[in-house]
Amino acid sequence: MTPPMEHDYMGVNDTELRLGLPGSNGRVADGGATGGLTLGCAKRGFSDVIHGGSFSEAGEDAGGVTKAAPPPPPAKTQIVGWPPIRSYRKNTIASNSSKNNNDDADAKQGNECHYVKVSMDGAPYLRKVNLNRYSDYKELSLALEKMFTCVTFGSYGVSAREMTTEGRVLDLLQGSEHALTYEDKDGDWMLVGDVPWPMFADSCRRLRIMKGSDAIGIGKAPKAMEKSRIRN
Amino acid sequence: MDRAFSWVAAFPDEVWEHTFSFLPTDADRNAVALVCRSWHRIERLSRRKIFVGNCYAVEPAAAVRRFPEVRAATIKGKPHFADFNLTITDWGGGAGRWIQSMAKGWPLLEELRLKRMVVSDDCLEIAARSFKNFRVLSLASCEGFSTAGLASVAANCRNLKALDLHENEVEENCINWISHFPESFTSLVTLNIACLDGEMNVSILERLISRCPNLKTLRLNHVTPLEKLVGLLHRAPQLVDLGIGMLIGEGHPGLFSKLESAFAHLKHLKNLSGIWEAGPLYLPAIYSICEGLTALHLCDSSIQTPELSKVVSRCKNLQQLWAMDLIEDDGLIAVASSCKLLRELRIFPSDPHGLAQPVYLTQYGLLAVSSGCVMLESVLYFCRQMTNSALLAIANNCPNLTCFRLCIIEPYTPDYITQEPLDAGFGAIVELCKDLRRLSISGLLTDRVFKTIGASANRLEMLSVAFAGDTDAGLHYILSGCKKLRKLEIRDCPFGDKALLDNADKLEAMRSLWMSSCSVTLGACRLLAKKMPRLNVEVIDENGGGSLESWPDDCHVEKLYIYRTIAGPRTDAPPFVLTV
Repeated sequence: MTPPMEHDYMGVNDTELRLGLPGSNGRVADGGATGGLTLGCAKRGFSDVIHGGSFSEAGEDAGGVTKAAPPPPPAKTQIVGWPPIRSYRKNTIASNSSKNNNDDADAKQGNECHYVKVSMDGAPYLRKVNLNRYSDYKELSLALEKMFTCVTFGSYGVSAREMTTEGRVLDLLQGSEHALTYEDKDGDWMLVGDVPWPMFADSCRRLRIMKGSDAIGIGKAPKAMEKSRIRN
Repeated sequence: MDRAFSWVAAFPDEVWEHTFSFLPTDADRNAVALVCRSWHRIERLSRRKIFVGNCYAVEPAAAVRRFPEVRAATIKGKPHFADFNLTITDWGGGAGRWIQSMAKGWPLLEELRLKRMVVSDDCLEIAARSFKNFRVLSLASCEGFSTAGLASVAANCRNLKALDLHENEVEENCINWISHFPESFTSLVTLNIACLDGEMNVSILERLISRCPNLKTLRLNHVTPLEKLVGLLHRAPQLVDLGIGMLIGEGHPGLFSKLESAFAHLKHLKNLSGIWEAGPLYLPAIYSICEGLTALHLCDSSIQTPELSKVVSRCKNLQQLWAMDLIEDDGLIAVASSCKLLRELRIFPSDPHGLAQPVYLTQYGLLAVSSGCVMLESVLYFCRQMTNSALLAIANNCPNLTCFRLCIIEPYTPDYITQEPLDAGFGAIVELCKDLRRLSISGLLTDRVFKTIGASANRLEMLSVAFAGDTDAGLHYILSGCKKLRKLEIRDCPFGDKALLDNADKLEAMRSLWMSSCSVTLGACRLLAKKMPRLNVEVIDENGGGSLESWPDDCHVEKLYIYRTIAGPRTDAPPFVLTV
């Protein structure tokens, strides 16, 4: 990091400030037209290569310069609440990979979002989760527990994968306070955990955390088992 | 006392009341209320609009009692950073107590606007039944209600003019809530339901639209097949503001020309927004209305540069453009040369977590717009690289900026050419843009930038800071300068106790301060709370809640929210929020 300067910012870096001095006439435009900014651009970032230092017509390569696509950045751990965009903007954000239409390898890296609303009985708030961020029920369950801090699914999430029989599902429900249900593509409400994860992630439209006792009373589990038997 | 002010009695109250009605701001009215008892009485009885920037700053009943003739109320709840999930889920901001007091004290209320509050269905029902002249309901970034609540609004508010739902989290459990508007209901002017993404019965919507001849604003929800949209547009050719929802186009031959002709009939259209997934082939259908547009919001669309450039070059009268960074520098260059009346530009990141190929949106795009659009006042720009020289040039080009929010996505990013901090660039912005009221800074920044902001940003009202600064001096510069600062929100900066304690008085002159992941200790919070009884100093502890008294002074405070209030500590705080 540069050491603090004694004089104010005007003296920091003369090469920079030769460009567009305050009080200079006219607007300070982009590099090519006035030659102003090109002075400071000795070391060019990738975008300079693209633009060739001048305004390019929409859609044309500037002077036939090849668009040198930089390698995609490595996946980073995501900081909470950063960048500061409203989590409201979701599913419709399209992946760039289809646009920069080159490597197939990149196609899978696109941020496919599958956000679904999660509501909890009695709680005055909704949340959204991106199902594509999780690879199994356990991860989803843990994430939901974190989000709705007073909820525990008991051992529900952990053993979801092992659930194969109706009896087991009901046992688990009796053990925990809450049950996780979801609405599928057909509009039916089912218990989470009955079908293999990929199938669930694909067909889930919304999630609802119900009181465990309600879920048993409605008797969704048998129906869910039936449905998955039909599908499998 | 009033003997000394006998001139007050020289005119009847109505004359003073009429005079006060010309005062443009609440601050002016507040000043007038301090002159003498008579003016205080006349002013409070004639105040018709009230703005409560922090719902916890005053008791609802007290507000209602002081201003008994209010017709329009705007109330805000959670801190701004709640939008980015930095507060905890049930932090507060409940509208219930406000609605109850208002229902009792303001039966003639006509307009209610709530932002970042938790509004239950019960609240909506109470409002719908209590306010006989209810005209405008606006909920922005709220949660806690469902479409069942909306149904009771539809059923009970006979003269409703505006139902404006902006980015709320709504539980959709009542599919045909729109059908609860009675057949006799014709008064709608604004219907914004873009945040609902469940299925909607389009024919019910069509009937509603057909019988509301004054409908000017219609923003639809996500799933509108193209054919249905055509039908809706034909019923409302008088529309001024249209949000098109998600257009899913199954191409059948006549569809394009039908769509084109439907848009061509919208001779008064000024604002166009919404998602566009119909594909670039359908985009030319809107060409005929481009010239009339003053606002274009395509922030959820994946339209790419060439097509987008063709659209914006036709929008010669555009004043407001919101788009994804897929517009790229090229698209912004097209904006700069075509949209000479542009005042506001917002560019959002299509790929915020950098998982895919980067888009070619750099500082050049913003620079081009600043150079070509002389009326530019407001900027929100997400990008991945910036230079001091570009910022300096932007400041020179646009000395009239009132709002400048730059988010360089990767924290601590320096000037990518010189590798220096961006202090000089942001310094230029605050020094040259004398009317700057709102600023968000990002990138690699040292204490120096705060010194400049503190000294020069004399009109600044809201400042957002993240991952910046070296020492406590940074915060001290801000709090001891920035004369008009009202809201300050800070995350992940090395700011701590000393600056807070040295500037305690300033905190009462501001609306609120949010600090998270900084270097504040509980001891400082205790001292501050003791020194300033009219501040609520709230610490959020996600790990345990429980008794605050037992914790030591040197314990680190992760999330801190300080706000001035005359209502005392709040009573609805959840266990994880503790008032010191």
